Amino acid sequence: MREFRKGFGSFRIVVGMIAVSVMAGGSGHAFPRATTPMASDSAVVGEIPKAALVEPAELSRLLANGPEKPLVLQVGSRVLFTEAHIVGSEYAGPGGQGSGLALLRTRMKDVKRNQAVVIYCGCCPWGKCPNIRAAYAALVGMGFTGVKALYIEEDFGTDWVEKGYPVAKGAK
Amino acid sequence: MPRKVAGVQRACLVTLLAAMVLSSAPVALAGEGPAGAVGHTAPAFSRMDLAGRRVRLTSYRGKVVLLNFWATWCGPCLTEMPRFVEWQRQMAGLQVVGVSMDDEAAPVRAAYAKYKLNYPVVMGDAALGRLYDGVYGLPVTLVIDRAGVVRFRHRGAADLPVLHREIEGLMARP
Repeated sequence: MREFRKGFGSFRIVVGMIAVSVMAGGSGHAFPRATTPMASDSAVVGEIPKAALVEPAELSRLLANGPEKPLVLQVGSRVLFTEAHIVGSEYAGPGGQGSGLALLRTRMKDVKRNQAVVIYCGCCPWGKCPNIRAAYAALVGMGFTGVKALYIEEDFGTDWVEKGYPVAKGAK
Repeated sequence: MPRKVAGVQRACLVTLLAAMVLSSAPVALAGEGPAGAVGHTAPAFSRMDLAGRRVRLTSYRGKVVLLNFWATWCGPCLTEMPRFVEWQRQMAGLQVVGVSMDDEAAPVRAAYAKYKLNYPVVMGDAALGRLYDGVYGLPVTLVIDRAGVVRFRHRGAADLPVLHREIEGLMARP
């Protein structure tokens, strides 16, 4: 049954991706398109368009070699950020809390609306993350046109740290 | 050179070479490896719990310990906790210890009351997370045997029947 559900989920993801790619057209941003299915629960992922997701490997490449590096914001727990975070990223407050969203809005108040931005959390599996969707919605609501969400399927440890992508420690 | 002396020298040389090779070989020996990893002694810590009582992990030696890293904003964590409360009540010889990775204590106190937690909860931080081989996502649950050795580690929501069997298995051991 689980295999069937997994298979059905993949089918829905593929259908969803085709729909999104047809609707999205050219985004005009620096990010390359996602080319692989990235989610195990399309119902939840649907809250952030798949065209607005970026995979860890892709972000790592962008940060290492990209012509213009995006602004990377962690929108989760400060404790987890302090323990380990993406090199160059900033703590921007938990998107699932009002205080976190206020911090995010303050940080982004004077940033150009076409700035490439990647937000990430990784506190929990993608479908259970309480922060990423609210932070994405807040930035889009502020008028940012180049926002991507880092697709972290399991957690930051599994999908970033253990993959060997660059990590920094500390509160800043 | 007498043959006997040459033989002793050769034996010493072989022993020395063997020691050099072994000392540089990447062999996992007991006690090596990342702290908090399965098969290694759980790193000791001492912190005050929400009620102001000191919690020393080593004071639970002789019991099986369920060490649960969680946070109030973590949905899967909150799903597990009622079972931990139940196990703490039912399983003599088990000690559940919660480590909240919340940024602040206030929501943790509220959750402590709401979920009627019957085990100590301390506030964690990045240092404690690193001490336990990195707690980069939640929940993380470790099962520690009576001797203080980490036997199981679950990342993300644990399979609770499996976790229960692991605890029972360790409790059945002397």
